Amino acid sequence: MFRPLLALLRRDLTLALRRPQDALTVVGFFVVVVALFPLGIGPDPEFLRSLAPGVLWVAALLAVMLSLERLFSDDYRDGTLEQMLLVPEPLGLLVLTKIFAHWLITGLPLVLISPLLAVQLNLRPEEILILMAALLLGTPILSLIGAIGAALTLGLRGGGVLIALLILPLYAPPLILGAGAVDAVMHGASAQAHLSLLGAMMVFALFATPWATAAAVRIMLD
Amino acid sequence: MSERGIQWFRFTAPANFYDLAGRLIPWFAALTIALFGVGLYMGLVVAPSDYQQGDSYRIIYIHVPTAWMGMFLYVLMAIYAAIGLIWRIKIAEIMAKSIAPTGALFTFLALWTGALWGRPTWGVFWVWDARLTSMLLLLFLYLGYMALHAAIDDRQRASNASAVLAMVGVVNVPIIYFSVHWWNTLHQGASITVTEAPTMAMIMFVTLMIMVLATWVYSIAVVLARARVELLERERTARWVQERLEGERR
Amino acid sequence: MMEFLAMGGYAPYVWGSYLVMAGLLVVEMLQLRFRRRSLMDWIRRMARLRVQEENQ
Repeated sequence: MFRPLLALLRRDLTLALRRPQDALTVVGFFVVVVALFPLGIGPDPEFLRSLAPGVLWVAALLAVMLSLERLFSDDYRDGTLEQMLLVPEPLGLLVLTKIFAHWLITGLPLVLISPLLAVQLNLRPEEILILMAALLLGTPILSLIGAIGAALTLGLRGGGVLIALLILPLYAPPLILGAGAVDAVMHGASAQAHLSLLGAMMVFALFATPWATAAAVRIMLD
Repeated sequence: MSERGIQWFRFTAPANFYDLAGRLIPWFAALTIALFGVGLYMGLVVAPSDYQQGDSYRIIYIHVPTAWMGMFLYVLMAIYAAIGLIWRIKIAEIMAKSIAPTGALFTFLALWTGALWGRPTWGVFWVWDARLTSMLLLLFLYLGYMALHAAIDDRQRASNASAVLAMVGVVNVPIIYFSVHWWNTLHQGASITVTEAPTMAMIMFVTLMIMVLATWVYSIAVVLARARVELLERERTARWVQERLEGERR
Repeated sequence: MMEFLAMGGYAPYVWGSYLVMAGLLVVEMLQLRFRRRSLMDWIRRMARLRVQEENQ
């Protein structure tokens, strides 16, 4: 049962490693957006620190969103996606595997690079730790929800802009919880409630969204 | 569409719906005019001004009904979309699509009137209050639904895909509301607390309910009318459309 | 009458709300009526064309 899924995971990762520029573009976008903020709002360290959780989260969210279009589009174009409909494994699990691969390629690098940017924005070590934990729990949610939007815009003209409109309102809860976790620590409170809710949301998304994505893929390939 | 057996369903049922909606619309339209007439008279003339907010509180008479309608119509749209997706009922698909513009309009009006009420009451047009913020996100959900529907050329695929989006959205609406509410209580920086008036004079309450009813019947009338046009567009080559056009003047 | 229109000094806000709502509802209804009419015209035109073809 899991062998085909593992094969699919390995295939997606291999393809991504052959074209590392795709993943690097996403990380580059994240870094550049965060770097632009101080230019826009001034270099005052304390002010930047207070804005840092929101800035980092919004930048991460936009970076993930930009990468979504490629989640299914290559497989859609060369017909692989249609082959997946014929495989005996449930489409939901195949989709989940693809999302996991996508997260490893785009979400995880964002988590790993975030401390560097956090230091630039004057976050303290314990806050950086919470930021990474929140991103670790939150970026999978972004990929999972985003996959629905990616599937619904398969093969449409101007799909990229449409994804933004479909998906960004749904990103509000993880954004609030994720940025709120860092904010809480910053103000001397515990981030436990935020992180627990974020974790609960991730588990819910893990079980619910792959089926919605699978339904969307079926509809768009119909 | 190889199922010959259900052709009656595709032709006769839409025709019945078309006729039934055509008979209902004038009644709801008349009710709309009557209720808005009474409601506006009571709200703008009869009801006394509020001792704290003066006459600006009269905006509430349209703010609350539009906000309720905006939220309610989204849920209704998702229900119709789900029915259309699961049981393949054309009329449900058409109803879902027809509800969206009216729902978006009411959501926008709720935001607009909320801002105009907020300026004299709080001193600013916009506060990032939990309710206003979730209404804004709801408006984006409506716009996304309509944009997706418009972006897909194939009609069946468009309604199925946007049905999935509507269902995902309706699951998310409470999550969005609670997270925004939570976020708002945590960021109580400004000294703005939005609370409803604890007691409302009877006349104000009655007026508000009349206005709520008025927006209800307005929505029913206009959604049915849009569903009729939508139906005609889909079935413009069907025989029943031709038959009905003979008897109907423009 | 002037007193009614002044709305206790809140005229821009109150009338700004009510008139925008009335205006948008009217626009919605007019747009619907326009859409219906042009669709009806199209259907009628097609029917006429079909009759002409049958007569030829």
